[in-house]
Amino acid sequence: MSVAVAKPGEVKHNYLNAGDTVRSWLLTTDHKRIAVLYLVSVTLFFAVGGLLALLIRLELLTPQGDLMTSETYNRVFTMHGVVMIFLFLIPAIPAVLGNFLVPLMIGARDLAFPRLNLASWYVYMAGGLIATWAMVNGGVDTGWTFYPPYSSSYSTSQVTLTIVGAFLVGFSSIFTGINFIVTIHKMRAPGLTWFRLPLFIWAHYATSVIIVLGTPVVAITLLLVAVERVFRLGIFDPALGGDPILFQHLFWFYSHPAVYIMILPAMGVISEVIACFSRKRVFGYHFVAFSSVAIAVVGFLVWGHHMFTTGQSVYAGMVFSLLSFLVAVPSAVKVFNWTATMYKGTIEFRAPMLYVMGFLGLFVIGGLTGLFLASLATDIHLQDTYFVVAHFHYIMVGGTIFGYLAGLHFWWPKMTGRMYPEGIAKLAALIIFAGFNLTFFPQFVLGYLGMPRRYHWYPEEWQMLHVMSSAGAALLGIGYILPIFYLLWSLRNGAIAGPNPWGATGLEWKTDSPPITHNFEETPIVTEEPYAYENHHQHEEVASGTGASTAEA
Amino acid sequence: MKGVALLPDTASTFAQQVDLLFWFLTAVTVFFTLLIAGLVLYFAYRYRRGSPASRAGAKETDLRLEIGWSLIPLTVGLIVFVWATKLYADAYGPPPDNALEIFVIGKQWMWHLQHPNGIRENNELHIPAGRPVKLTLISQDVIHSFFVPAFRIKRDVLPGRYNTVWFTPTRPGKYHLFCAEYCGTQHSRMIGWVYVMEPAEYEKWLASGGEARPGAIASGAGTMAGVSTASLVQAGEQLYKQLRCNACHGATDGQRGPTHYGLFGKKVKLRDGTVVVADEAYIRESILRPLAKVVDGYEPIMPSYEGLLNEERTLQLVAYIKSLKKPVQTAEVKP
Repeated sequence: MSVAVAKPGEVKHNYLNAGDTVRSWLLTTDHKRIAVLYLVSVTLFFAVGGLLALLIRLELLTPQGDLMTSETYNRVFTMHGVVMIFLFLIPAIPAVLGNFLVPLMIGARDLAFPRLNLASWYVYMAGGLIATWAMVNGGVDTGWTFYPPYSSSYSTSQVTLTIVGAFLVGFSSIFTGINFIVTIHKMRAPGLTWFRLPLFIWAHYATSVIIVLGTPVVAITLLLVAVERVFRLGIFDPALGGDPILFQHLFWFYSHPAVYIMILPAMGVISEVIACFSRKRVFGYHFVAFSSVAIAVVGFLVWGHHMFTTGQSVYAGMVFSLLSFLVAVPSAVKVFNWTATMYKGTIEFRAPMLYVMGFLGLFVIGGLTGLFLASLATDIHLQDTYFVVAHFHYIMVGGTIFGYLAGLHFWWPKMTGRMYPEGIAKLAALIIFAGFNLTFFPQFVLGYLGMPRRYHWYPEEWQMLHVMSSAGAALLGIGYILPIFYLLWSLRNGAIAGPNPWGATGLEWKTDSPPITHNFEETPIVTEEPYAYENHHQHEEVASGTGASTAEA
Repeated sequence: MKGVALLPDTASTFAQQVDLLFWFLTAVTVFFTLLIAGLVLYFAYRYRRGSPASRAGAKETDLRLEIGWSLIPLTVGLIVFVWATKLYADAYGPPPDNALEIFVIGKQWMWHLQHPNGIRENNELHIPAGRPVKLTLISQDVIHSFFVPAFRIKRDVLPGRYNTVWFTPTRPGKYHLFCAEYCGTQHSRMIGWVYVMEPAEYEKWLASGGEARPGAIASGAGTMAGVSTASLVQAGEQLYKQLRCNACHGATDGQRGPTHYGLFGKKVKLRDGTVVVADEAYIRESILRPLAKVVDGYEPIMPSYEGLLNEERTLQLVAYIKSLKKPVQTAEVKP
């Protein structure tokens, strides 16, 4: 290790203690501090979205819809969707972990456009607060998909305000996407060729391409809904001469790839963590890297599978169905490669590794249930039922949250300089895994039985499955609360981490924890492949000397 | 808590076929989930840190393996794709000629159904077992979706556009009818029942004008008793005269407008040279937005009936115009 380890009692200069005024945080252009700003805000919005989810599950304990009115219920599930998707799932990994790690992993001092990066946080907060304000001022009841003509001509809720919020948040992610692309192209350390990049970087690169190409489309589309709503211009409403299906094409052109915006960064995290705790190179590095790119490209061509029941032509349905099966291939390749990475590894059961194993389970179930929806005949029955709800929660919520929590735990020592308590972290991972499956697995059965989504009332014979799902949600809620407490606790009381507590490879582990303001004392020079864990026994000795043993003590 | 359902009713010819595919996909899912979970857990145990298992000879990549495990999901995917698409194309192609035609109008928040003989129902649909049923669907306001889980069918109900779907119910019984596309406040109450009846029982029901019903919904939204039970075509004919459509559209071409006799299903040449088939959608559009597709040889002079006719009325007109057959040549006389 090239960097001296902080001795007890000695406070080293780092990005966290570089300034402690509010101003020094709000006007920072340091990507690591902006990542922390995002971490705090994303967590707050996740808490809001989670509380709304609990309200939904509480309401659905009984079939009669007796806790709130239908109007309130519709507003609650809409805000749950809007907050979770636009304010948590899409930004979580790129804006928190990506912001913190992309420059560190490629040996750069910061992102290419530090002020644009700060602006992205302000735009995100503005959008988030406008959406929250809309929620407080009556809410919105269109569902997060905003389908017209309901959203443009019929709803009496705060549609326009919410759309303005979502529009702004979209621009925040465009800023981040541009920043990542330029940074990865132009600011890699000497010797860091494309095929020496960590897979986390590949995943963020592919994600950024989707963000930059797709987000403007949804932003404009939502704006058109607002235009139709405010100025009564006929764009989507047939009563005004518009076409409601046009909206769906435009909306899903972004919103299907948006699933990959959520899941690709999580896949990047999985590759890093599984390599580290298997002490092995990721199996088939090139295939995993290119599968990210393949998903980004093919992911743009499958939007029509959201519209099999709209009456689009049979031939269009066939093409979109076929392409949807093709996009499953690169995802499957990744799963097989991760599994093969564990083969003949030296596996350590740390909390991040448990999240990775949980991720693999959820991702496989979520991915395979996607086949039911890609195939025309079964989709006709399952479209717009709880089967879809279960499927997308497994793949994009389960996938993203498990990836995010794996990454947050994995890099927590790097971000804060402290270790979290391992035992309770493992317990939380197990509770979240159990809670997640208990919540969403019954929903597959409900969907096959025909339970439509967005229903406030439902037939009595389905109550048992709903009760199971609600019980799971309660367990899941407990699981999510735990990390908030022990991670905060660790800030003061956790063992000192040292620069590389896991004995991991990668440039981010070659600087202090927490890193100094400009990341590296001098620009690192890269001379080896990523994941050079071949001599892992040697690494283990290093690891036990630098803090991993302290953490366990 | 009343009962626990784990399997849906299966009450159409399509449903049995979909279920077969569904269970095949379930088998695939269970197999691969257990395979991956098994491997992950086995590797995690066998190669745990400190275990004596040999790590010698671990590869970093293997082209044959990569190709192999790309081809497996591709093959499974293609098999399912072909199976599902063929099933879909067979089942969702044009309906058989003897199909019972029923019109469905969705509106916030009620299903309004019209039988060809004039019987109207709200949130209830009575149909005979064993005979194909063709639905023509349209919405009066926002997007709805007509969903009968027991039949495994679902079709979006769009404003401004006729969608169709057909199925053959197999088993008499009472089945859920849902709106599957979120449509506003009372979306989850826009539900009803489909009654599949023995053919004889259905005939009785028809004869009684829809009164001999096994049971109406407690909400009171039953058949619109008292409203004209004239057949769709008769109601359309009345309306046709009332609106004086025949003032311009005579028994033959060459009047101010083209004739409607023998129009349905015919290819029509437009002023811009394109050719369209005169289906329900074309007739509807020509009533509401006559200037959109003007027939070759005619002036664009017809007034629009948009806003004057609701979807129900429009449907009646369309049904009447559909019913007008080309007059026999010899019977042609000067008016």
